[in-house]
Amino acid sequence: MEVTLRSVTEDLFLNGFLPTLSLFGITLLLSIPLGLIISLGLMSKFKPLKMLVSAVVWVIRGTPLLLQLIVVYYGPGLIWGGKLLERPVAAIAAFVINYSCYFAVIYKGGIESISRGQYEAGQVLGMTKAQIFFKVVLLQVIKRIIAPMSNEIITLVKDTSLARVISVYEIIWVAQDYIKTAGLIWPLFYTAAFYLVFSGLLTLLFNFCEKKLDYFKS
Amino acid sequence: MSILEVKNLKKSFGSSTVLKGINFTLEKGEVLSIIGTSGGGKTTLLRCLNSLEFAEEGQIIVNGEVIFEGESFSKQKEKELRLRRLHFGLVFQQFNLFPQYTARENIMLAPKLMGKESKEQIEQEADKLLARIGLTEKADYYPCMLSGGQQQRVAIARALAMKPDILCFDEPTSALDPELTGEVLKVIKGLKDSDTTMIVVTHEMGFAQSVSDKVIFMAQGQIEEMGTPEEVFEHPKSEKTKAFLAHVNDKD
Repeated sequence: MEVTLRSVTEDLFLNGFLPTLSLFGITLLLSIPLGLIISLGLMSKFKPLKMLVSAVVWVIRGTPLLLQLIVVYYGPGLIWGGKLLERPVAAIAAFVINYSCYFAVIYKGGIESISRGQYEAGQVLGMTKAQIFFKVVLLQVIKRIIAPMSNEIITLVKDTSLARVISVYEIIWVAQDYIKTAGLIWPLFYTAAFYLVFSGLLTLLFNFCEKKLDYFKS
Repeated sequence: MSILEVKNLKKSFGSSTVLKGINFTLEKGEVLSIIGTSGGGKTTLLRCLNSLEFAEEGQIIVNGEVIFEGESFSKQKEKELRLRRLHFGLVFQQFNLFPQYTARENIMLAPKLMGKESKEQIEQEADKLLARIGLTEKADYYPCMLSGGQQQRVAIARALAMKPDILCFDEPTSALDPELTGEVLKVIKGLKDSDTTMIVVTHEMGFAQSVSDKVIFMAQGQIEEMGTPEEVFEHPKSEKTKAFLAHVNDKD
């Protein structure tokens, strides 16, 4: 089969970029809410819970994602025996655990930056804790965390390439095959274009969100 | 029956006692001003009334109903706590408006979440309140587009929307530029004319003197002097009151 720009683009897109994209999307979908639960643990007034969650976050933030991928994939089999996880499932699990912890710390910072007066204003107006969180605090937190979240999310785009360590197909791997099969290196360089376009689109999206929330100051 | 009775309220933070047994009563439609040195316990008293802090001892009785009695009440369930809070409204020194909502939305949010009235009723009520604070034209402005005085007026309307028995003000003009205090004080005066029961912690002596039915001078966690504005301002008995008033007048 002849190797053309078009055939490489199609191949990279379908066999490399789409798996990358789904890993990215599913990770975000799961780790954004899971991060909130972890952040509640980090802020818990119940000391043992807080310490436990803090320790987990320390381990996850303190070790390389690459290592975590390997541990999640091979670990359960080595410890308990039995079948290994499906590779993509292991990759998603490792990414979700890793990113939830980073998100949790960002959420915590955002939530703690809201002044006590906002909570008290809600309290004296007879609102429930849940109402105060969802109707008063949440949007203000979102506004404050857009910038740090955009950093993490753009990092995630590129971190997906680490999934190859447990043989999950992703775009760089697909491109690298051209070195072996066709003696071509340019497809590997070409992958940068995919990352750039995608992170460019994300940047536009974040700018849009920031603009959307520009109508109030908090 | 008095609308509010406070009996022997005691509160300390760690080793420092902030309230050393506060007793007073308030009748419906009365305006009580609390003046005094900073750190004297004025704000803590208001926060205890609004269940933002909990006293260790004492009673708070609203319309004959004991809503607070000793420390055990601080362990009440959230729902009971919320019902207790609804007897009081609180206007903060720093306004604390919700920045993501317009003036009108700020006023309507809590009644909507309470869900006791229809949407139309709540909207009508909000529009009436906006007219009352003279901000009908700024109904759809966000807090960041309003001056401090305007924000505080919206905060007053927001508190009124919950129809509290007693409306409390915690130094409502202290965070404002001097030229903006007048409009806020005017709104509070207007409330007095419509028989709203109010407790105002303030440093505005002229205002306290002209608007109040009762004045309390607090120092070091105690009520040092209590009486009509005339009694407290013109003929103070306590040396501390005299010294405080002399000091304040000096500054003016």
